[in-house]
Amino acid sequence: MVRMCSASFLNRDISCRRHLSPERDRVTITSRLLQSQSPAGSFRANHQPAPSEPITSRLLQSQSPAGSFRANHQPAPSEPITSRLLQSQSPAGSFKANHQPAPSEPITSRLLQSQSPAGSFRANHQPAPSEPITSLLLQSRSPAGSFKADHQPAPSKPITSRLLQSRSPAGSFKADHQPEIKSEKEHSRKEKHPDLLPGEVVFCSASTVLKYTQDDLSQRGVFGALLCTNFRVSFVSDEAPAEEMGQLFKNKLYGENDIPLSCVDNIYGGYEDKKKLLTGGLMKNKYPSKIIIHCKDLRVFQFSLTFSKEEDAKKIFQGIIHHCLEPKSLRCLFAFSYCENTSYPEMQRKKQTVMFDSVEDWTQDMKRTKGNCRLVSENRSFELSPKLPQFFIVPANVSDEDLTKYQGKGLPMWCWSHHSGCALFKTASLPLLPEDNVPQTHMEKMLTAVAHNHLYSVKTEDLSETLPTVQDIQLSYNKFKQFFLIDNTTEFWMSDMKWFSSLDNCGWLDIIRQCLQKAVEVVECLEKENTNVLIMEEGGSDLCCVVSSLVQLMLDPYYRTLLGFQSLVQKEWVVGGHAFLDRSNHLHLKDKVESQSPVFLLFLECVWQLQQQHGPAFQFSETYLTVLSDSVHVPVFTTFLFNNDSHRDSILRAESPHTQRGPLNCPTVWDWSVQFDCKAQDLFTNPLYAEKPKQDKSVRKSHRPKHLRQLSLPSSAFKTPPKKGFFKDEADSLKKILRVKRISRWMLSPSDSPQTSSSAREFYEAWQAKPLDYHGLLLPCLDGPSIRVWMQRYLRWIHDVQILGGGPVAVLSKVSEILGEVQELQRELDRHGCTLASNHKGARPRAKTAAEIASRSSVRLSSSFPFVTSRNWSFKPAIPTSLLQSLMVTGIAGNLADRADDGDDLQSMV
Amino acid sequence: MDKQFFGGVAGGDSTAQPGVANRNNKPRTLATSGSKQDSLETLDSPTGSHVEWCKQLIAATISSQISSVPPDTASGDCKVWRRTDLPRVSKRPVLRDSMEGGHIYQGNSDSELPPNALAPRDGSKQVQMDEVPLVPGETIKAVAKDVMYICPFTGLVTGTLTSTNYKLYFISLERDTPFIMDVNLGAISRLETISVQSHGENTRGMEIVCKDMRSPRFAYKEDASQPEIVEVLAKHTFPLSNDLPLFAFLYKEEFPVDGWKVYDPIAEYKRQGLPNESWTISKMNSSYEVCDTYPALVVIPSSIKDDDLKRVVSFRARHRIPVLSWIHPESQATIVRSSQPLVGPSDRRCKEDERYLQTIMDANAQSHKLTIFDARQSSVADNNKAKDGGYESESFYPNVELNFLEIPNIHVMRESLRKLKEVVYPTIDEAHWHSAVDQTHWLEYIRLLLAGAVRIADRLESGKTSVMVHCSDGWDRTAQLTSLAMLMLDSHYRTLRGFQVLLEKEWISFGHKFAARVGHGDDNHANSERSPLFIQFIDCVWQINRQFPAAFEFNELFLITILDHLYSCLFGTFLYNSEQERVAKEVQTKTVSLWSYINSQPEDFTNPFYVDYEHHVLYPLASIRHLELWTGYYVRWNPRMRPQMPVHQNLKELLFLRAELQRKVEELEREASSSRGSLSSSSEHTSSPSHSGGTPLHTIV
Repeated sequence: MVRMCSASFLNRDISCRRHLSPERDRVTITSRLLQSQSPAGSFRANHQPAPSEPITSRLLQSQSPAGSFRANHQPAPSEPITSRLLQSQSPAGSFKANHQPAPSEPITSRLLQSQSPAGSFRANHQPAPSEPITSLLLQSRSPAGSFKADHQPAPSKPITSRLLQSRSPAGSFKADHQPEIKSEKEHSRKEKHPDLLPGEVVFCSASTVLKYTQDDLSQRGVFGALLCTNFRVSFVSDEAPAEEMGQLFKNKLYGENDIPLSCVDNIYGGYEDKKKLLTGGLMKNKYPSKIIIHCKDLRVFQFSLTFSKEEDAKKIFQGIIHHCLEPKSLRCLFAFSYCENTSYPEMQRKKQTVMFDSVEDWTQDMKRTKGNCRLVSENRSFELSPKLPQFFIVPANVSDEDLTKYQGKGLPMWCWSHHSGCALFKTASLPLLPEDNVPQTHMEKMLTAVAHNHLYSVKTEDLSETLPTVQDIQLSYNKFKQFFLIDNTTEFWMSDMKWFSSLDNCGWLDIIRQCLQKAVEVVECLEKENTNVLIMEEGGSDLCCVVSSLVQLMLDPYYRTLLGFQSLVQKEWVVGGHAFLDRSNHLHLKDKVESQSPVFLLFLECVWQLQQQHGPAFQFSETYLTVLSDSVHVPVFTTFLFNNDSHRDSILRAESPHTQRGPLNCPTVWDWSVQFDCKAQDLFTNPLYAEKPKQDKSVRKSHRPKHLRQLSLPSSAFKTPPKKGFFKDEADSLKKILRVKRISRWMLSPSDSPQTSSSAREFYEAWQAKPLDYHGLLLPCLDGPSIRVWMQRYLRWIHDVQILGGGPVAVLSKVSEILGEVQELQRELDRHGCTLASNHKGARPRAKTAAEIASRSSVRLSSSFPFVTSRNWSFKPAIPTSLLQSLMVTGIAGNLADRADDGDDLQSMV
Repeated sequence: MDKQFFGGVAGGDSTAQPGVANRNNKPRTLATSGSKQDSLETLDSPTGSHVEWCKQLIAATISSQISSVPPDTASGDCKVWRRTDLPRVSKRPVLRDSMEGGHIYQGNSDSELPPNALAPRDGSKQVQMDEVPLVPGETIKAVAKDVMYICPFTGLVTGTLTSTNYKLYFISLERDTPFIMDVNLGAISRLETISVQSHGENTRGMEIVCKDMRSPRFAYKEDASQPEIVEVLAKHTFPLSNDLPLFAFLYKEEFPVDGWKVYDPIAEYKRQGLPNESWTISKMNSSYEVCDTYPALVVIPSSIKDDDLKRVVSFRARHRIPVLSWIHPESQATIVRSSQPLVGPSDRRCKEDERYLQTIMDANAQSHKLTIFDARQSSVADNNKAKDGGYESESFYPNVELNFLEIPNIHVMRESLRKLKEVVYPTIDEAHWHSAVDQTHWLEYIRLLLAGAVRIADRLESGKTSVMVHCSDGWDRTAQLTSLAMLMLDSHYRTLRGFQVLLEKEWISFGHKFAARVGHGDDNHANSERSPLFIQFIDCVWQINRQFPAAFEFNELFLITILDHLYSCLFGTFLYNSEQERVAKEVQTKTVSLWSYINSQPEDFTNPFYVDYEHHVLYPLASIRHLELWTGYYVRWNPRMRPQMPVHQNLKELLFLRAELQRKVEELEREASSSRGSLSSSSEHTSSPSHSGGTPLHTIV
């Protein structure tokens, strides 16, 4: 039964043997011999492990000039074994590995990359029946290498044995392949990467890459292969992935060791002790031994390439640099090849998120808020302006002629109508040209149009003047994120000391506060003064989006539901023309570096602050927001790929002819099933959400709930028949005269900020004095302590700050547990109501939700749930390493510290 | 305390006018002048310039009052929740600091209620607003009318100030929401008055500097006909300085539960499995002769001989020998506490002490080491040698490992909290909030304490090694560290009752000098013995609680209530420095325990999220990133920082709903079973598990 697959040549006797014979039970072995540099070292590792304990044994990187390695493994049945002999650089090294695995288990043994000038390898496999064996001998670069691989495969099993890429000057290969092997290619692909997505292509790969585990400086890590595809940089660990409950929240598109290309933020090269930022282009000088990848979702990866073949290392390094940092065209983004290769079912959007891509969606929304404006559909194929969405709403008094002027600039776009009748509009401001006062008059005309909407009053707010610029936002965030991109533990604890001061210095929280503050001011105008508000900025699609969506979130409880929120993002951001592509600079275009800015993230941050302060008012959870912020960097969804409606339209139209299947049909991010299964999606909802009790049934019937009115408002104003309303308008002519004055005043001085901020303070206090209604107006508290750091998003990957057994998940699981009980009781009650006399002793089946499963073991979950698996669970506490230095640095103690605790001296008793 | 008294006749009209508060412009004026002055105060702390700024503030406020025309009151839209829960109040007043009288839960921002005031219950009922609610034994001592409270948040409020022998009570009925503020006299650390000449009349200003992070200021006209309220106030605020009893001895409330029975040392040691073959409960200190600051019962190694013990006693500072605090139920590793050894400059040795520690080590078979955690900074410990103190030398004590936890002393902590008060009261600087908090170092010290306690807990749990903790005297930092470590290790202490036992044991019985550190009834506010160590400990507990929101049976209100009554002098629990003193003053018979109050209504203090993390060691993260300033306590006087609705409210509603449903289900089942008659009368039985099923409820249901 023994088939020889041998290639033997020349020279000495370095041999590697594998004998396989079954023995013992239930053992995996881990033992490492690292970095022996002894001039003549000999290593021997005998493992005779006791049952049921996992062991892995590795012999790594021997640099001994004459080293000999021996590893005897006597593993037991039914266990995976990985044993590797790697990278011997000994001039005359000898390797011996005896494997005696038991039946019915997969074995992978590799002998890799011998660089010994005279190396000979021998591998004997005597596998048991019915199991797949893969043994690879790769990349021998020995000038005179001899390879021997003995395979003794069992019948009826595919075996792959390959000798690849030998570049020995005098090498000869003989390979006898088993006829059983049918699909070698598929097999190897599978072995390399278990789950390539449709349309995903591997560009390059390198094996024996060491991925450092982040927690310390000890340089420990996991070996595996590093791949670069058109979608991601992926690390495939050689170790069997641990199946644990963290898998509950598995992203279907990418795993924990995958980095979507658009998610790569910065790449650093590690040279000895130095760390250098890489910026693309060809690397002329030395290749770094280490690649450090900082991701936009704040993960940090460190890979060492020193163990893999130089050629491969170079290739993968160049590949990663090229695909992550070099400019590319939009069509190279993975979404396109993904969509071409998936038959993606049309999203049943009618039951879901309102996409605002049809006349109906807009009219519905206007109806819901009782808005009274004009829907424009003339831009259906972007005749008016490519900057404007296909459909939009303007004040009723805007004429057709006005629509075509200035390419949509200066055109007030309706966002939302308050129940009092006043509305929020946004616009891209017109450039100021002093010599030409046509824009001026146009602007005045537009303002009058807005004013006509309600009570002839309008307030304008130029956001470019009062809020930070997109560049400021980018700068501040760049500083802020550095606190969370941490390479090692020591660095972490060092930065811990400066935490609060650094928070203030980067100003990120202050920017959040300013945005919320501005939104509160606008809310005040709408809610208290009942004036129309027109917000404007240069492009009309950055801070305008932030402020207008925040305002709507505060005023309209519909947007605090999951679907409502998605509709809001769709309306204000996607259709509203936020330049997602430029702001995230997925394409790494040099001329777009300036425009890169995390404006959407800023918005999510603001939402998070609101949600923290008024948890029960939101149907979606913190986890939902975190996942949404991550999804921006997954180039699969059309939602975040384009700059505006016409951009999307033209690109998709241009792409369509390439496919056979008609128009490209890409998923939107709102179809969460692309990324997560149902159970994981349960974590998106907030178990403490205070549903409107009465509305329960009506909400389910009509997927677009009615605009909820505040009780405080006179309802008569809306119920009055049109005629009466007309009379009312007439009667208000006096008001009109008064208000016109105000308009002119506002146009001259658009902002009186010092006063508005203090009036906003009073507005907040007056609101705070009332009992809280989760379905009414919500305002954020903006005082220093109230604006917090979004711990889940920013700290989830840092091992040292995970609270084991604690964190918000503890509360979450308790709540969902009680919620489950309540629902169960409710069902019980219903059942009783229907059939009073029927048997009630039967067992009560209960649907298990993800959160419920989590609750089973909340003690074992950490604060970074659900993002990090509990694999790293240990009871060892994290103790600050810089504990002792801390107070030496502060030095404030001064003479106080030297004083005795008590006034009187110690009494000596001796 | 420098009081200045000026006689004079007060003219009425100008000060009566301010009463009508102007909500629109007053706060702004105040805020600016206030913050400007605050910076002055920072420069030169207690008195000097402080008096100056107080003068200015009052003058500025008064003049602005006169010039402004009272506008329409914008507060008309504020909904008021009036007094609630009346029947219960009359029976048993709510005792949280400033909650008395604060049964009125007003949404209105000008009422100075702590944020954790319970949400109003049903059955609201109007009461006589001008009546001062009194606790049994409390009497009114002085009343002053037309007093202006200079509220840093909403402006001037005019009303009536009443001083009883227990509290200071201010009520203003000038707005449609009554404004009430009260301060327990025990919480007052310093009273100051100044006289201001304003528009030709004498106005008196009074500042009440409190231990609980606020400093209310009042202004009033001098009136010869009225008794001087400040004098009365001072007399009852500092009873000990005026030969009066503390109010706890006058308090006559009766509770259904006797809190003095919460802690029984024998029972607690028995719960830990003591005595055992290595440890014994010793009565050697039963008359407090061996050590006057230790409790009557201590646990010491059973094999120790009396003669040796005497030597050890004299070798330890203040005779506080190493005694057992806690024993691990499995490994038998122990937490032992003591004071510093009296090593002195000449490195004295004490063979008996060395043997004593060896015995402690031997009592734990799992490890052949003993780790000593000296809480002090190593440099300070060295300095202590010169003062005849010191630390164990690793060369004299074999197998002993000494670690310094580098925690600064009580003076540093006092200074840190003083700075913190400046940051949070009365105004918050939004833009530089984090740096300002950073400057106080308060959270840094919290982190240091937590990190130390985690190290202790880890050594016991993972290292299975016994641990000895001491600082200088072993009653400040030592108590902080041992009790925090015990809280992490033993889930019993995380229950409502268990935490009370922990405090009674580690803090009260082991002689944390509450009287000296708090300064109950003492007017010497500058006493250097005062220090907020207990607050710091409770803050640490809050931090752990925040990191493990489901691991504690008690809630934030419980912790705040403890701190409020640390000062209030209403209960005997935190009075005096040692068990000996408490026995001598008959505290247990003459005063009421705080736990009587707490345990009579435990539902208010329980955490609805509680899940018993039994046998689970909690390791809080001692990282600044996970620490947060306890705004619920330190910033609670700022109305803007108050949550409108407690977060737990929703869950409580949910729990209520569950109970309701359970009841209904039960009812239906009973109905069903009765309709089926005698056929299956046992079905009623089956329904009962569903009632008690699931997790145990710890809250009002």
